Amino acid sequence: MLKLDAVTVQKGDFRLQADLQIATGAQVAVIGPSGAGKSTLLEAIAGFLLARDGRILWRGEDITALPPGQRPVAMLFQDGNLFPHLTLRQNVGLGIDANRRLSAAQTDVVSAALARVGLGGMEERKPADLSGGQQSRAALARVLVQGRDLLLLDEPFAALGPALKAEMLDLVAEIVAEKGATLLMVSHDPQDARRIAAEVVLVAEGRALPPLPTAEMLDNPPPALRAYLGAPQILDPDR
Amino acid sequence: MAERAQPIGRARPASLHPVAPWPGTCAALGVALLVLGTLAAVAMRAEGGGSGFGPAEVSALRFTLIQASLSAVFSVGLAIPVARALARRRFAGRRVLITILGAPFILPVIVAILGLLAVFGRSGWISDALGVFGIAPLRIYGLHGVVMAHVFFNLPLATRLILQGWQEIPAERFRLAAQLNAGPRAMWRLLEAPMLRRILPGVMAVIFAICLSSFAVALTLGGGPKATTLELAIYQAFHFDFDLGRAAVLSTVQLGLTVVAAVLALRVPVGEGFGAGLDRAVVRWDATGRSATALDVVWIGFATLFLMLPLLAVLVAGAPGLLSLPAPVWSAAWVSVQVAALSTVLLLLVALPLSASIALGRRQLGEIAGILGLAASPLVIGTGLFVLIYPVANPAHVALPVTALVNMVMALPFALRILVPRMQQVMQQNARLALALDMRGPAFWRRVIWPRCRAQIGFAAGLTAALSLGDLGVVALFADPETATLPLQVYRLMGAYRMETAQAAALLLFILSMGAFWLLDRGGKFHAEA
Repeated sequence: MLKLDAVTVQKGDFRLQADLQIATGAQVAVIGPSGAGKSTLLEAIAGFLLARDGRILWRGEDITALPPGQRPVAMLFQDGNLFPHLTLRQNVGLGIDANRRLSAAQTDVVSAALARVGLGGMEERKPADLSGGQQSRAALARVLVQGRDLLLLDEPFAALGPALKAEMLDLVAEIVAEKGATLLMVSHDPQDARRIAAEVVLVAEGRALPPLPTAEMLDNPPPALRAYLGAPQILDPDR
Repeated sequence: MAERAQPIGRARPASLHPVAPWPGTCAALGVALLVLGTLAAVAMRAEGGGSGFGPAEVSALRFTLIQASLSAVFSVGLAIPVARALARRRFAGRRVLITILGAPFILPVIVAILGLLAVFGRSGWISDALGVFGIAPLRIYGLHGVVMAHVFFNLPLATRLILQGWQEIPAERFRLAAQLNAGPRAMWRLLEAPMLRRILPGVMAVIFAICLSSFAVALTLGGGPKATTLELAIYQAFHFDFDLGRAAVLSTVQLGLTVVAAVLALRVPVGEGFGAGLDRAVVRWDATGRSATALDVVWIGFATLFLMLPLLAVLVAGAPGLLSLPAPVWSAAWVSVQVAALSTVLLLLVALPLSASIALGRRQLGEIAGILGLAASPLVIGTGLFVLIYPVANPAHVALPVTALVNMVMALPFALRILVPRMQQVMQQNARLALALDMRGPAFWRRVIWPRCRAQIGFAAGLTAALSLGDLGVVALFADPETATLPLQVYRLMGAYRMETAQAAALLLFILSMGAFWLLDRGGKFHAEA
């Protein structure tokens, strides 16, 4: 279980408070108006922002003061998820060990991960030689080899077209299911939430609220969410 | 485990940088200690000296100020029309010409002086030509020779800085002015004059500051009681009279002067000077007239001749003797290469961690290193080190390492200007991902900084190697008659009136410093990513 115990994070003048729990293996969408602090919440969990108050616990262990790379977290950002000067093999290999050379067995793991996301045989390509969708797949291959318990997505697929984005989300869902990982995913699109997330964390007015079932939340949104979502008809996928 | 033992809610801030800033802080402190420590050593000596500030010192101070002011005025005055011509003309070879404008920066001073002598000297090309008509030969020694050499070195720098100002005027402004049918005069009043008013004080201040610590030029073209700069006076007090007290007094005055000038120069905004993007020409609808074209051609021609003729002269005069150079010249060349290599290694050891720390937000480190680097005078640091070393060891034995160290300090501000912007970009783009992957320290240097900054590291290393190879400064203070770097050897050959050998040795020095720059700069860019 991921537990945010009365956590306060400060980013300049902006302050976000979070007091919530997320079950191990849950798939959670983080939604809310822009500027409400969705990314801030993820950055705090990943360790890029330090909690000013409160504790963050993963399976009962306090990770509040751990540096980002030592938390049980793999995170994908909006951009810059691959080093542009390294090949895919090197980029994905960093997920196994960023500080040492890889063994032959580890290199095989990298190739297998690339094949798993549909990039088999592209080990020596560099990110610039790939399409946006392929770059996302390569980043997901690294997430695969990292084998972390928590996967945080800060809209890494925002620049992709709708069909490609849906494809990536399905791939994420598969990976998360295979690994039994816990997923937190920032989203602007309620459809994304419905697609792969069973629960929704609403971030609004400087607060991250405890997760609620997605369908319930979107069908019967609280006022802050309703203001963000606008007209109710877009919420119903059947119409 | 220690982290977890911290009281809840007051978590110890974990490191949020992939590299630690402390090595850079140490490097900056080391440089500050060297510059300020040697100053302190000199100041303590000065109090004991008590020889005071006599008429000779006043004269050196006055000459230093006059030559620096004149050099700044002439460099900038000539650079304005040249920059204007380059800004509004496109012609074949324009890009090459602008690249060559950067060359005097890494040209050894002694090489340029031999070139200037070969063109403007008593038995130079122009004097010879004048002699045909029975006109007396030119005299290059003294104030006008010193100023001319300074203009030779600083005209290109001034031109590049002013050209940058011209190119920062948005093309839309010129378009708008053209639409309003503004002629050259209106264009000047509306766009060009305001830009120059903004940029010229900074350019002047930079050149003034550079010329204040002129040593090699004054040593070769000046001299005598009427044409001695403070730096030269320090050297003379040392070398001829071994009057440490007097050298200390002069050093203190020199340092006060350069600190003021460096602070002034850093206050006024100036561009990079060797930045990219100078090869873009703005379309100018007001400068299509025949007289405007002719004027620009004349100015570009003047600058090209003035800068290229001396280099050509070194080539022509030096080539015949190049293969029959005496053994001491070759051994001096070998010494110079070693000093330059050591200096370059030292620079990288200081500049890389320092620029990383600045890129991580330790800005004040950069300012300290910038001011100290600009204000530090090689002769003052040299004097200080001499005072410190003299009681324990023979300074001549450490002449070469000391030279390498001082050359490193001199090159540091330029290296930082090259490295810091790129380092900031690399940190911004890669630090978060590296942190997320737990990539830190050596791995981050090897896997991210090195491949991403290779071109800039090569450029900075090449610049340092070339500056160090060409430096004639502190080594003149320390070296005994048996040891010499190549520039010192050239100077000694000149002093012995062996001009042909001096010219050939100067050509060798020219080839070595340009070669070192080219090798390191290319090496960095080879297969590097943009």
